[in-house]
Amino acid sequence: MSISLLPPESPVQYLRPDGTLHDNMPNLGLSSDELVDMYRSMVRTRTLDTLAISLQRQGQLGVWASVRGQEGAQIGCAFAMADNDWAFATYREHGISLRKGVPFASLLRQYKGEWFGLFDPKEYGFAPHSIPIATHLLHAVGYAHAARLSGDDLVVFGFVGDGATSEGDFHEALNFASVLDAPVVFFVQNNGYAISTPARIQTRAPSIAHKAIGYGMQGYQVDGNDVLASYNITRIAAAEARATGRPSLIEAHTYRMQPHTTADDDTRYRTAAEAETWVEKDPILRLERLLRSTGDLNDELIEGINHAANEESLSVRAEVTSARAPAVAEAFSHVYLDPPGHLIKQRDAVLAEIEEAGL
Amino acid sequence: MSYTMADALNAALHDAMAHDDSVVILGEDVATLGGVFRITADIERKYGSDRIFDTPLAESGIVGTAIGMAMYGMRPVVEIQFDGFLYPAFEQMVCHVAKLRNRTRGALQLPMVIRIPYGGGIGAVEHHSESPEGYFMQTAGLKVFTPGTPEDAYSMLREAIADDDPVIFFEPKRRYYEKAEGQLPVTTEPVGEAVVRTTGDTATVVAYGPMIPTAMEAAALAVDEGWSLEVIDLRSLNPIDYDTVISSVKKTGRAVVVHEASLTLGPGAEIAARIQEGAFYALEAPVQRVTGWDTPYPPALLEEEYLPNADTILNAVERALDF
Repeated sequence: MSISLLPPESPVQYLRPDGTLHDNMPNLGLSSDELVDMYRSMVRTRTLDTLAISLQRQGQLGVWASVRGQEGAQIGCAFAMADNDWAFATYREHGISLRKGVPFASLLRQYKGEWFGLFDPKEYGFAPHSIPIATHLLHAVGYAHAARLSGDDLVVFGFVGDGATSEGDFHEALNFASVLDAPVVFFVQNNGYAISTPARIQTRAPSIAHKAIGYGMQGYQVDGNDVLASYNITRIAAAEARATGRPSLIEAHTYRMQPHTTADDDTRYRTAAEAETWVEKDPILRLERLLRSTGDLNDELIEGINHAANEESLSVRAEVTSARAPAVAEAFSHVYLDPPGHLIKQRDAVLAEIEEAGL
Repeated sequence: MSYTMADALNAALHDAMAHDDSVVILGEDVATLGGVFRITADIERKYGSDRIFDTPLAESGIVGTAIGMAMYGMRPVVEIQFDGFLYPAFEQMVCHVAKLRNRTRGALQLPMVIRIPYGGGIGAVEHHSESPEGYFMQTAGLKVFTPGTPEDAYSMLREAIADDDPVIFFEPKRRYYEKAEGQLPVTTEPVGEAVVRTTGDTATVVAYGPMIPTAMEAAALAVDEGWSLEVIDLRSLNPIDYDTVISSVKKTGRAVVVHEASLTLGPGAEIAARIQEGAFYALEAPVQRVTGWDTPYPPALLEEEYLPNADTILNAVERALDF
């Protein structure tokens, strides 16, 4: 039994960087339209991510953590999620949040500093993203456990990067999920770096996916830049979780094409030549090559997809640039359901001081 | 009929489970064993293992899992086995439990309770006698309750579980077997109100949790000195009902704050600051503090010296009178 929990020795790949398919690819049951939709979702993610980087450069956002390079892992995974499934994510899951319907402008307004969360998580099945590393995986477990106890057939997806697998909460979450039969798919995007620290400094395990066996759950490794492999392995893991409650661990091997955030300087810890080797493995380019060869995409269709993404980008930009600070009083409004007396006093004193200063 | 504080807490949990199906209990050894102090005794038998379950031994995991369950719509009640084992959960409590409502602009809330047996006086080994309430009094978004009587233990725990904000519920473990006369259930004053346990006009003694019986003992002994102490039981440490404290100090002119936690930046520091802001002209002497030392909690054979007692409280009253 235990041996079968081990992940494959190397990541599952169906779609080669040159756009050709391996013979071993199972029938994924994806229509041409769905494949084009995957492509469209990746392009949309990259376009909006690129907008965010430029808005940060223009001083509109405090910082931005780019998802560039990881669109294949995320969109493949997102396509395997059911509408009622929940995502508990980090600050880099823009492909997932877009696919779940979270308005991108709300995320950017968050990074502008309007508030920490500007959408209702319940509306999208997307928990407020967690900046303290790996802490949210436990929330995913609790949410999944409560849902299962309530007879709800949803699956919860917990997203982290390679660095997070060193955190105690990563261990506790996988252990709790397994012991409780909580239907969670732990989706680790190993993008090579935790800021500057390479993945090899995080673990001596043969792979991150190998850690699964220690929790008695199935481990999987996929080529995260192969959207089809990411989709299919996630689909298998989610089906198992939905049917039996058994959690699993997926390691998607990918590469963070941008610095950790716009505040980072990656020239201090990696070479341009290294990043260059990943350009040819790009997840969008790869699917584009396949879909051109099948005739599902051509220059005209691609131009249309790019055009739509750019149009959306323009309207997001307009919304973000016009976003303004909330009223000062609101800083005191959501600390408790009913602000206690000392907080009301403090708020009123602050407001009086501001008014007196004529601000 | 009499019952202990432990009985009252157990009854509150039973009654909360019966009252609301969304109440669930999780923690180490809470289900089959009923908790190391038996506060969760017989709940599994009555409500089954979906409603109360033993978790792996990991405090961050327990609190983090409870957060997710609360996000789904349940009302988890978590037991942390001892005060000194709370710290692995600190990040979850400060980064998430306290902040989720605020982070989501009120879209999500965490109606959860974290129960923590705390304080010294039981001859325990290290890490079993700590008073970490100050950390959570300083953390916006958390409520901090601590009962000082068996009646309050029942009523305040019921109130904590019904609260839509997260409550850190500190239980004075050395008082688990203190008795009260009467019947459960019992409803005491709303938890936002501090309660004057005994009235007096020589000095105001501000205390909470395990120090309530100690302060009451001091008040009884004070009579022999010709003093009458007014003992205020704060009950809620976040928020604190300063109005009750300040109006008492305006009457007595002297204040003594008592707690087991250390002196420096302990709860008494803030309470003293609020008293001087609110009752400056009424004060006849500086606010006195009777607290644990600025040392780690000492070995058990020294804890009698470390812990505030009736004599050290009366000494503080005398210092205030002699000032």
